[in-house]
Amino acid sequence: MADMVKVTIDGHELEVPKGTTILEAAKRVGTEVPHYCYHPGMSSPAMCRLCLVDVEGAPKPMPSCVTTVMDGQVVHTQSEKALANRQGVLEFYLVNHPLDCPICDMSGECNLQDYVHEEGRKQGRGREPKRVFGRDDFGGDVLFYGDRCVMCTRCVRFMSEVEQDDRLTVVERGNRSVIDTFFAEGLDGTNWHGNIVDICPVGALVSKDFLHKARAWDLTHTPSICTSCSQGCNIDLHTRDNLVQRIKPRENLDVNGWWICDHGRHDYEWMNRGDRLEAPLARDGSTSRATGWKDALRGVLDGAAASSGGVRAIASAGSSNEDLGALRALVDALGGGEIVYRSARAADEIPLKGYPTLARRRDLAPNTTGANLMGMTRVGGDDATGGLEGVASHEGVVIVLGDRLDDVGADFGEKASLYVYLGTHDVPGASAAHFVLPVATHAESEGTFTNREGRVQRFEPALQAPGMARPAWLVLGALTAERTGGGVARTAPDAFAALGSTVPAFSGIGYGDIGSRGAVVNESVSLTGD
Amino acid sequence: MAYPYVSDHEVRILSKHFGDPMQRRVDTYVERGGYGALKKAFEMGPEKIIDEVKASGLRGRGGAGFPTGVKWSFMPKGTGKPHYLLCNADESEPGTFKDRELMRWDPHQLIEGCLIGAYAIGAQHVYIYCRGEFFETNQVLARAVEDAYARGYIGKDIMGSGVDLDLTVHQGAGAYICGEETGLMNSLEGRRGQPRVKPPFPAAVGAFGMPSTINNVETLCTVPHIVANGGAWYRQWGTEKSPGTKLFCVSGHVNRPGNYELPLGFPLQKLIDDVCGGMRGGNALKAVIPGGSSVPIINAEEVSRCTLDYEGCVAVGTMLGCASVIVMDETTDVVKQVRRMVDFYAHESCGQCTPCREGSAWTARILRRIEEGRGTEEDLDTLMDTTQQMVGTTICVLSDSVAAPVQSSINKFRDEYLALIRRGERVGAA
Repeated sequence: MADMVKVTIDGHELEVPKGTTILEAAKRVGTEVPHYCYHPGMSSPAMCRLCLVDVEGAPKPMPSCVTTVMDGQVVHTQSEKALANRQGVLEFYLVNHPLDCPICDMSGECNLQDYVHEEGRKQGRGREPKRVFGRDDFGGDVLFYGDRCVMCTRCVRFMSEVEQDDRLTVVERGNRSVIDTFFAEGLDGTNWHGNIVDICPVGALVSKDFLHKARAWDLTHTPSICTSCSQGCNIDLHTRDNLVQRIKPRENLDVNGWWICDHGRHDYEWMNRGDRLEAPLARDGSTSRATGWKDALRGVLDGAAASSGGVRAIASAGSSNEDLGALRALVDALGGGEIVYRSARAADEIPLKGYPTLARRRDLAPNTTGANLMGMTRVGGDDATGGLEGVASHEGVVIVLGDRLDDVGADFGEKASLYVYLGTHDVPGASAAHFVLPVATHAESEGTFTNREGRVQRFEPALQAPGMARPAWLVLGALTAERTGGGVARTAPDAFAALGSTVPAFSGIGYGDIGSRGAVVNESVSLTGD
Repeated sequence: MAYPYVSDHEVRILSKHFGDPMQRRVDTYVERGGYGALKKAFEMGPEKIIDEVKASGLRGRGGAGFPTGVKWSFMPKGTGKPHYLLCNADESEPGTFKDRELMRWDPHQLIEGCLIGAYAIGAQHVYIYCRGEFFETNQVLARAVEDAYARGYIGKDIMGSGVDLDLTVHQGAGAYICGEETGLMNSLEGRRGQPRVKPPFPAAVGAFGMPSTINNVETLCTVPHIVANGGAWYRQWGTEKSPGTKLFCVSGHVNRPGNYELPLGFPLQKLIDDVCGGMRGGNALKAVIPGGSSVPIINAEEVSRCTLDYEGCVAVGTMLGCASVIVMDETTDVVKQVRRMVDFYAHESCGQCTPCREGSAWTARILRRIEEGRGTEEDLDTLMDTTQQMVGTTICVLSDSVAAPVQSSINKFRDEYLALIRRGERVGAA
């Protein structure tokens, strides 16, 4: 290593690169120095004064977020002096804080609450009436509760340094300081402002969408991947009562840092839809009959056995690698045939200027790279319509996975000897289908997506799939196994392993090795050009 | 007698021409030997100037008392970057009114000092950051700068020396915190006037991100005299550690308040009794704040032991600061005085650091409650405790300035607080 310095923090001796701050060095020995204004993704103004630590030989307590370690330095984060300072600063925070935790959305995940519980005074000494700012609508999805604000200015710095669109500022000074927008111009029209709600350490900035919707301690957090574009931002799905309540970014410095865009953040209502397909349907002309999986799969296999004229399939770039791999395998088992997919492209990219590797990409599907690696072909326009004429009148086997077929007529697939539709909803385009099979969404299943740079990333099931809906890879895999007499993948890791054995790009990546940051596929991926 | 009041005890070097409007004119200034020191400085070269200033023992007159020559020697050399000299003329400490007088009566003295300083530290541009409310002063300065440019004392190839220097007067907008050196730099750059985290120090990263030195008006006004007469000459006044003369701004309950230039080490009692003509109406002395409102208050007994140099003030538990002597007689309501000062600081806090932002306003509210007769004895303990939490925990020292008067007054005038608390009765109220 280049320049390393030795430092002792709370009795632990460690070596860190020169230039490391005390706060970051302390993290390495498992000590989180309480802080508000410091955020690893932005500049440090060192103004909350909560992270002051006791440095031997220093005349004053030092702000650990901006003080870099020096060789031989001895730091105490838990000394009487350090604790007394934090207790004092926390008391100052409460002088004007309304303590309205019972009606505050941040309650349960609030840094002020946590810190005061851990290190604050048992009894406050403030007797004076509190300063009142009230509530302000900042535009976009953000409400501002001025009284709860701890004036860390993270939101101001996010807008100016990361989104680089100055929409917020501090007005007035002293304890009349308050965060505000510029005149009537709020956050409307910005694309990343949801992040200021995440980085607000208290309940001063809250989401209108989430307002009074759920308590933090009732939410289950499930790691997932955003499906709103090909960037593959790491997210957590916060669920309660089998419904996604909100989406929060999950840190991954290789992909999205700490941030996600507002499109992705609010793109979850579709996961909560109640009008789902809950049982396989066997359809004959105008009559549909709900059936069990065994009968449905038997029917599909029988139909396929009786068909001739080859297979044509439509996939979706919103499906997981496992689903697409299972479709590929089934099509091959049925004699092979072309698989196409359609996906929407936005007119422009929406970059996050302060985090150069992050943008809302033009390609609005999460797994285009995966589909391409599996030899599927994109058809249709940038609005994800058209291009299906060849399949519509195909006379052999037609399989559709995931595409909602919004732009086709009820006669779609009428001439097919076997038409199987796998989706979450029964759609008009599936009117002529012989079988309509209910599959789970990515929020209900386990699997992986391959993002635009070829990074394979895992997501986990956050919701229970409705009724008999099952992951597509399981359904398609069962059909293939039955057809070929081979083994069947019963878990997502098995399905991923099966993928590795047929698609070279995925070989060599173990499902367990993907980890929290993802793994890049082992061939140079031809990026989709945007 | 001239200029409001003068005294035989004075050694008038900087204030020699106070009260003489002719001195503002560049012709008069030059006739009286002005800009001679600048010419001499160009002959000496930067290093000799710094050595001479170091030899004089001149200490920064803005309040901290840091040796000026040493500060100048911190400036890096050969960086290839622009360097700046900033003159802090944002005189806003309550009780202080010396820089305004220096600029009003003798603007060229300051300009000459600025130019010598800039030359010594290798700066190409001087900014005088003048307090926003000083309208007349700003005009006088602007006129003087214009005249000096016209005569070639500022600009290209000054007096044939080959040295180019520029000088800009910047009028502030009236915030106390912009008198803090890094707050001043932010304000000068057009940002919010908020102090910056140090390090980096101004000598490395100052105004506009470039190496900068910042000096008080009075400090820079002293420089031409030291250059002209030598460091040893300057040391004939004052004490070993606090050499030279200093302007004392005396306000409050004395018969002749005003600016007096005295050798450092002058006894405070003598300043009140002899220089200022004693207490108003023969009243008894109650308390003095010797260095502007940010320093601890001292009582009559401590006044009798206090000498007005940096060390003499520390010896009685206070500081010389910018030598703004606020004298209070027996009719003074100390609690009200302290509350007024804390109100000021709470209003002027920039609001960055939590202890200052919340602590100063909270302290002001507790003090007001005590003043209104609704306090408790526990409040005094709370005040001592919370103000202690404001010392040394913030980016700048504004919050320390809240603690100083509160703690010192509770220690020394606890009876007055208790009287208000116990009986709701105000001591000394008219």
